[in-house]
Amino acid sequence: MRRARTWLPGLLLVAPSIVAIGVFVYGMLGWNFRLAMTDEHDEVTEGKFVGLDNFISLWDQPRWHISVNHAIVFTIVFVLGALVLGWLLAFLMEKGIRGEGTFRAIYLFPMAISFVATGIVWRWLMNSGMDERAVGLNRLFDAIGLPQWQWFRDPDWGMAAMALPAVWQMSGYVMALFLAGFRGVPEELREAARVDGCTEWGVYRHVVLPLLRPVTLSALIILGHISLKVFDLIVAVSGKQIITDVPAVFMWVAVFDSHDPAKGATIASYIVLSVAIFVIPYLVWSVRKERRT
Amino acid sequence: MTAVAGRRRVFTGLRLAVLIAFVAIFLIPIYVLLVTSFKPLTEADPGQAWNLPQTWTLEAWRVAWEKLAPGLWNSVLLAVPGSLLSCVLGSMNGYVLSKWRFPGADLLFTLFLFGMFIPYQGVMIPLVQLLVGLNELTGLQGVFYGGIPGLVLAHVVYGIPICTLIFRNYYVTIPDELIEASRVDGAGMLRTYGSVVLPVSAPAIAVVIIWQFTALWNDFLFAVFLTGPTSWPATVMLNNIAGAQATPYSQQMAAAILASIPTMLIYVLLGRFFMRGLMAGALKG
Repeated sequence: MRRARTWLPGLLLVAPSIVAIGVFVYGMLGWNFRLAMTDEHDEVTEGKFVGLDNFISLWDQPRWHISVNHAIVFTIVFVLGALVLGWLLAFLMEKGIRGEGTFRAIYLFPMAISFVATGIVWRWLMNSGMDERAVGLNRLFDAIGLPQWQWFRDPDWGMAAMALPAVWQMSGYVMALFLAGFRGVPEELREAARVDGCTEWGVYRHVVLPLLRPVTLSALIILGHISLKVFDLIVAVSGKQIITDVPAVFMWVAVFDSHDPAKGATIASYIVLSVAIFVIPYLVWSVRKERRT
Repeated sequence: MTAVAGRRRVFTGLRLAVLIAFVAIFLIPIYVLLVTSFKPLTEADPGQAWNLPQTWTLEAWRVAWEKLAPGLWNSVLLAVPGSLLSCVLGSMNGYVLSKWRFPGADLLFTLFLFGMFIPYQGVMIPLVQLLVGLNELTGLQGVFYGGIPGLVLAHVVYGIPICTLIFRNYYVTIPDELIEASRVDGAGMLRTYGSVVLPVSAPAIAVVIIWQFTALWNDFLFAVFLTGPTSWPATVMLNNIAGAQATPYSQQMAAAILASIPTMLIYVLLGRFFMRGLMAGALKG
């Protein structure tokens, strides 16, 4: 162990950040959980400790069930959609193609725009008006003979439609990740497999795909945690309507419209738990892996 | 051989065709934004929704600018100091966690990283309460809660993990011998930072500033919880403009473009650094 004189200055320099993260991340997460375990259901009374009551009674509320179901549908469509589309785009460009820089730039640019701004266009595109009242995609679909849709107002598939703008926004990112992954596969490995008699497909199946697993995992984690806390996009496209409610919007309503801090904190706690359950193992795994290499 | 070459050429053509088709799909929203924003109110009828404007007008842009300008200014006041502060903190942390490590530095780094992934909903209510408390404590109404300084504080603090990560992963590539040599010459931590590390930091600084500027400019969640009408940044104001039933599509679209111009410009001019920030977000260094 080195003497404290050599490492102490470093610790001091990081100290402000340690305090900030300690208070604002861990302290506030704890504070939020504590609040969720009280009956502080308005903004004036001091809450009493009620244990996990709020966490249980939330499930008695139909709106909570609706928002959880919505989040699940949204997550499945968004994560799979962005993953598949991003992978496809990277796959098509992997071997190099004329104008690659331009393609990449166009697929990625939606990421530079806020969900609020893109939500405005997508609300127009996914307008549910039909036939002569149709604007947006319905007007386009009508003109080329495709069926028209309710889009995000559809009672069953609304959240799947809501995931479309998110796929549009994030699949370029996934493409960039996969493209870096593809390019990270050493050419010698592919060559060696070819020499061993592998077909191009075989090289892909047995050499490239296994090496892409870490990238796929990273993409899954990033998309998953974006999806479970999705808020801006929903608000920008449809506001606070129940028909597209998700936990993050429900929480916002609980805090600002119902003025119920304990309920808001409970919903927030569930959102945190749903993300932590897969992010913590992932972080531990990736830090360990980094230390090994 | 020619058969193989021919097949390859067909495959390349096919790839190109699919990629171009996706370019068209990706650009649809941009087409709609631009075209609609230049339409006069008389062309708002759904039958012409996809047509180019018959008469091009800047009227919607003018109105949108008037409505959105205060929000844009607030966003500048938020994003410029916010990204600079994040950069300073990130650089210091990254330097220490890669080159001037102390016992437990790895654990600390992991604990920092978790802060990158937490859904901010989980800290929002306590954060609001704390900022309200700071307002009362200092007697400065509308500064911490309901003001830009509070929003900057939140963004700088929650930006520490990603900025630290970017700088740390960049500084790891500086050879330890350079640091050692400086140490042997008797330079302390800060001198070494100033003479060895800082001069080569420009790429990482660019990545962090671009990343944070974009994140702060595009943020909606913190802004909606922490700011009030006088301190609303562009995103919140944009959402209010678009949410009002009376706002015509042309103005909504023009406002959406106006609110996106700064980050779009950064993306176009400095896309290379933008990419690197994205990659860092994937824990890939």
